[in-house]
Amino acid sequence: MNTLSRTDLEALAAKPEGDPPEWIRVQLDTGGIAAGAETIFTALEHERADRRLTIPLLRTGSVGYSFADPVVEVQAAGMPRVHYGCVTPEIAARILGEHIGEHRLIDDHIIATRRRGLTLDAPVTHILVKDTSPEAGNKTGFFQFSLAEELKRRGLAERVQVVRALDLGIYDEGAVVQLLPSGVTYTNVLAPDVARIVAESVEAGKVLDDLLWKTPDKQVRIVLRNCGNIDPDSIDDYLRRAQGYQGLHRVLFKLSPEAVIAEMKASALRGRGGAGFPTWLKWQLTRAQPAAQHYVICNGDEGDPGAFMDRSVLESDPHAVLEGMMIAAYAMGASMGYFYIRAEYPRAVERIQRALDQAREAGLLGANILGSGFSFDAKIRLGAGAFVCGEETALIASIEGRRGSPSPRPPYPSVRGLWGMPTAINNVETLACIPAILLKGGAWFAGYGTEKSKGTKVFAVTGKVRNAQLVEVPIGTTLREIIYEVCGGVLDGKELKAVQTGGPSGGVIPRQHLDAPVSYESLQQLGSIMGSGGMLVMDKDDSMVEVTKFFLRFCVDESCGKCAPCRIGGYQLLQVLDRISRGRGTAGDVPLIQRICLTMQKASLCGLGQTAPNPVLSTLRYFGEEYQAFIEGGPSYARKMNKATPTAATSTKVSATP
Amino acid sequence: MITARINQIDVEVPEGTSILDAARQVQVRIPTLCKHKDLLPTAACGICIVRNQGGNKLIRSCCTPLETGMNITTHDREIVDVRRTTLELILSNHPQACLTCGRNGECELQTLAADFNIPMESIKRYVKDVPRDCSTGSIILEFAKCIKCGRCVQVCQDMQNVWALSFLERGINTRMAPAGDITLAESPCVKCGQCSAHCPTGAIVENDETPAVWTALHDPEKICVVQIAPSVRVTIGEAFGLPPGTNLTKQLYSALRRLGFKAVFDTNFSADVTIVEEASEFIERFAHKSGPLPLITSCCPAWTDFMEKNHYDFIDNFSTAKSPQQMLGVLAKTYYAQKLGLDPAKLYVVSIMPCTAKKYELSRTEEMHASGYMDIDVALTTRELARMLKQSGIDFLNLADGSPDSILGDYSGAGTIFGATGGVMEAAVRTAHFYATGKKLEKIELEAVRGLDGVKEGTILVNGAPVRIAVAHGLANVEHVLNRVREARKAGKESPYHFIEVMACPGGCIGGGGQPYGVDNERRKLRIAGLYQDDRGCAIRHSHENPEVIRLYEEFLGKPLGPRAHELLHTRYTARPLYKR
Repeated sequence: MNTLSRTDLEALAAKPEGDPPEWIRVQLDTGGIAAGAETIFTALEHERADRRLTIPLLRTGSVGYSFADPVVEVQAAGMPRVHYGCVTPEIAARILGEHIGEHRLIDDHIIATRRRGLTLDAPVTHILVKDTSPEAGNKTGFFQFSLAEELKRRGLAERVQVVRALDLGIYDEGAVVQLLPSGVTYTNVLAPDVARIVAESVEAGKVLDDLLWKTPDKQVRIVLRNCGNIDPDSIDDYLRRAQGYQGLHRVLFKLSPEAVIAEMKASALRGRGGAGFPTWLKWQLTRAQPAAQHYVICNGDEGDPGAFMDRSVLESDPHAVLEGMMIAAYAMGASMGYFYIRAEYPRAVERIQRALDQAREAGLLGANILGSGFSFDAKIRLGAGAFVCGEETALIASIEGRRGSPSPRPPYPSVRGLWGMPTAINNVETLACIPAILLKGGAWFAGYGTEKSKGTKVFAVTGKVRNAQLVEVPIGTTLREIIYEVCGGVLDGKELKAVQTGGPSGGVIPRQHLDAPVSYESLQQLGSIMGSGGMLVMDKDDSMVEVTKFFLRFCVDESCGKCAPCRIGGYQLLQVLDRISRGRGTAGDVPLIQRICLTMQKASLCGLGQTAPNPVLSTLRYFGEEYQAFIEGGPSYARKMNKATPTAATSTKVSATP
Repeated sequence: MITARINQIDVEVPEGTSILDAARQVQVRIPTLCKHKDLLPTAACGICIVRNQGGNKLIRSCCTPLETGMNITTHDREIVDVRRTTLELILSNHPQACLTCGRNGECELQTLAADFNIPMESIKRYVKDVPRDCSTGSIILEFAKCIKCGRCVQVCQDMQNVWALSFLERGINTRMAPAGDITLAESPCVKCGQCSAHCPTGAIVENDETPAVWTALHDPEKICVVQIAPSVRVTIGEAFGLPPGTNLTKQLYSALRRLGFKAVFDTNFSADVTIVEEASEFIERFAHKSGPLPLITSCCPAWTDFMEKNHYDFIDNFSTAKSPQQMLGVLAKTYYAQKLGLDPAKLYVVSIMPCTAKKYELSRTEEMHASGYMDIDVALTTRELARMLKQSGIDFLNLADGSPDSILGDYSGAGTIFGATGGVMEAAVRTAHFYATGKKLEKIELEAVRGLDGVKEGTILVNGAPVRIAVAHGLANVEHVLNRVREARKAGKESPYHFIEVMACPGGCIGGGGQPYGVDNERRKLRIAGLYQDDRGCAIRHSHENPEVIRLYEEFLGKPLGPRAHELLHTRYTARPLYKR
C-alpha cells in the first residue's frame, strides 16, 4: 500500500464504499478456528475451484455467534444475506452448490438476521421457520411442510423457498417465521395462520400486524461494529468500508487535544476493563503531568475465565483498537504506545502486528502523521500468562521486564507509570469505542445507557446458556433481556439459578434479581461487579459451593504471591471451602470464611486479592443455605452432591476460551 | 509542609513523609513486618493498614505519603481485627520452630505474634517443606521460614546490585530463592550477608560455626588464639542491650581470655600492617608509575568477590595486599609461632568478624594458606560471638579491662577506623602522605571521606600534586565510580581517581552482614562515632608508627613490599563466572 495523505483520507470519506455484490466470508477468529473454520475455508476454496466459480472468499473476524462456530456469511446476487452456523465441510460444499448455484438456502444452518423488517418492501423469496416454544415436540418440520404445501397450492413454490433455521434470535415465542429479504418476522404462528401468511404476505405483500414481531433487537453494536464484517488483515478494507481512520483524521485536523478530551467527557465513556474509571479523566490526568514522554498502553491481558470480548475485538477489528490508541495518544501527548497482549492470544498478536505494519507503511504511524505534526508509534509486548498482569502496575512491571507483581498506588500510572513516565492504560474495548465516538460525537454515544453509565458494553455470555455468544447491549439492559431475549435462555430449558458476572472478581446474582439493569452501580449494589464482561449462566443443577471454589481456585492460582493477605488468605479460604464441600466443615467455618474474606478485601495490595473473596461472599449472601447443607449433611451428603452434573464454570459449551 | 491529623493528634511533616513515619513522630507506632528503614516499602505484609477520614478502604501506611487534611486512624476495631487475621495467616504459613531457630528471641514476627497474643490456631497450618540451602558456608537460607516480605530481594538487587536472590513461582508457592532456582553458591551471591541483616525472621541466617570453636577450645591439643575486627568492639554491646557505638575493646579482651583463648590479638594491628603495605603500593604506583591507577582497596571480601565476578577488568587495579584478617592469620602461624616456639599445626586461629563473607575469605585462594596451614581456621560473626559469651556464663558487661597479647595486639587509631566507610582510605592517606613527603598531614581527619553518602570524593595534595580519592560503600554505589574510570580509560584520559576504597556493606564493616540485628542509618552513625572516638583516644594515629608493626618489619618481614611480605601478605585475583553452572 502506498503512503496515505490527508487528501486520500478525505476522498475516502467523501465516497465510502458499499459491500461488493457477491462474497463468502469465513469467520476466522480463534473460536471459529478451534471449531474448524480453517478446514471450512479450505473446503470452500476447493469446492469453488471445482465448480469454476469466481465468488470472492474472504477472511473476517467473528460476529460473535460462538454457539454456532464455524460461521460463514454468504452474499450472493439475488439472495438475502445470511449467516450459516455449525458449518461442516459438507455444508460448505452445499453452500456453493445450492446457495450460490441454485439460489436455495440450506436447512438447519441459517442464523436469521437481527435487523428485522416492519414492512414488506421486497417480494418474498425465502421463508425461515423455527419453532421456538420450549415444550417438547418440535413443530418446525410441521410448519415447513405446511408452508411449502400452501405455497405449492398457490403456485408460488417455484418463487419462494421455505427453510428451517438454526437460530432466529427470538425465543419462547412459539413458531417463528421470517420472510426474506425484508426480514419481516411473525411470532407465535399457529397452524391456521399459515394460509394467511402465504396469501396475504407472500402473495399480496401485506404485513400481518397481529403476528408481527415489533421488538427491536436488544443489541447495539458499537464496539463490535466491524467485527465479522471486514477483513482484519486488511487496512484497505478498514479504510474503505469501515470509515477507517476518519476519527483520527477529525482529531488531527479539526480538534485540539483539549477538545478531544471534552468530546470524551461528553461521551461519558468509562473504562471497560472493569473498574469503570472515566476515560476522559484518565487522559486528562495523564496529560496534565509534565514529562518528557507520555505513554499509552492498550491492556489486552484479558484473563477472566470465560471472557473473550477483547480477544474477539483484537482479532476481528485490530485497526479500530489502534486508531483508538492513536486518538488517546494525541489527546494526552503521548508519542509511544504499547499493546500488552497475553501470549495465549497468538492470533490477536499476529493481527495487531499486521495492523501496525500496515499502518506504518501507510504513513499512519511514525513521524508527522499525515502532515499533522503529530508523531506516534506503537509496539507489542507479550504477557506471559499471569492474570495479575492485567492489573496496571503489574502490567507496567511486566513491560519493563520485571516480575509481574503489583506495586502500591499512589503514585498512579497517570503520574508515574511506564519507565517512570505518565502513562494511561486503556482496555481493548475502551479503545475500540473511541474512533466511533470521535466520528459520531460524544453525545451520540451518551445517548445509550443509563444516567451514570453511558454507551454499550460487550458481554461474553457462557455457561448453561442456550446460545453462548458475544453480546453488545446498551448499559442498563437487564440480565433477563440479555440471557433470555438475546441468548435464548438456559440450556435445555432448565430453571436458571444465578448469573455470575465480573469473572473471578465478581459475584453471583440470583434469579430474583434478573430484572436488575446491568450497570456499574446496580451490579455493585447486588454484591457483584460488571467487570470486564464475563457472564456465566448457572442452572438449578449447579452447586454454588463448587462454582465458588472454581473462581476462588483461579484467583489462588493466579495470585502473584507478593502480599500476605492474598497469598495466604486465598489459599486458606480455599482450604476451608474444600473442607466444606467434602462434608468436613464445622459450624465455625462460616465465620472463619467471613473473617478471611474481610482481611483479604481490606488488606490485599491490589484488586486481585481485594476482589477474590467476592464470589465467596456473594454466594454466602444468596445461597448460604447450600453451605449449611454441606456442613450439616456431612460426608454422605457431600458425596451425593458431588456426583451431580459438572458445573457451568467447567462445562461451558463455548469453544472460544483457549 | 504537610499538616494532618493522626489519631486526633496534629502532625506536621515534610512532603513525601509516609503515614508510618509521620505517626512515629507523634509517638504512634504502627506495626509492620516488611518495611525496613533502609529500604523502600514493598507493601507486602499488609500489617500497617490504617484508615483515612473514616473511609471504608484501608490503606498501607508504609507506602502512602501523608497528605494535608488527612485524618488518619491507626487503630480501631476493624483495623486491629484485620491486622490480627493477617498475622494469623502469616503464622499459618510459618513453621513452628521458634525454639530452635537462629532468630529465636530476636525475630520480628515472633515479637509481633507475642504483642498480639495470637491464641490457639484457628487457621490450619500449611508449610511447604523446602530443604534449606547451606551451599555457601557463609549464609544459610531457611526457605520455609520466609514470610516473603521482599526485604532481602530488594537488598540483594537494589542496595547491593548483586541480583542473587529473587522471587520464584507465584501464589502460595511463591518463594524467595536464588534466581534461576540454583544453589546460592552457584549464584552471583557475594556472601555480604546484608540479606540476613535485614531479614525479619530466621529465613536467612549466618552459618553458625560456634560448635567448631567450642570443640577447638576444649581440645587440649589445640592452642586457640583469637582476633577481633575493628568494628566488632563498637557493635557487640548491642547484643547485650547497650547503645550502639559503645566501645567494649577491653571487655572483649578479658571475655575472650575467659572463653579459653590462649592469646587475644587485635585485627586493628594487622589493619596497620595492611596500611603499610597498601600505602607503599600506592606510592609505588603513584610516584614511581609501577602499576596502573587507580589503586582499589581489597580488604572487603564481598567486594573482592563482586569485582571478580562483575568488574574483572579492574583486577590490575586491585591492591594485592591481603585483608587484615588474613594478614593476622598468617602472621600468627609464622611470626608469632616462631617467636613463642609454638607448633603452627597446633595453632587454631579464630577471628571475630562483622561479616559473613569473611567465612568465605578463609579459603578464597591458595594464598590464604601462606603459612602452610589454613591461615584462619574459623571466622565467627559478631552475632555468633555474642551467643558464645551468653552460653559461657560470662558477665560480659561487668568484666575488668583486659589487654591484648603482645606482638600482634597493639594498634593505632588508623587501624581502628578500618571498620567505618572511608576508614581504610583515611588510614592509607595518613601513611602514604608521610611516605611521600616525610611529613604528616596537618589535619589527619579526612572529613571528605567520612559520613554516610554513598559515594564520597576528595582531593589531597601530596607534594603539591593532587591525589584524587573516592570512597563507595553499598555495592550499588560502585558502578558509578567504576564507570567514570572506564569512560576516562576509553577516552584515553587520565583516571578521574587515583585511589578508590570500596566496602560492600552500607556504612562499611560496622554495618556488616554479621553484626547485631536492627541496623539502620541511625545505628550506623552511632557505631561509626564509636570508632572515630577510639581513634581520637589513641596516642598513635598512624599505622606506620605502631611500634609492634615497626618491630614486625625489623625482625621478620624486612621491607614493605619486600619478598617475604609478598610471600605472606599479598594475594592474587582471577575473573570468575557470575553463575557456576
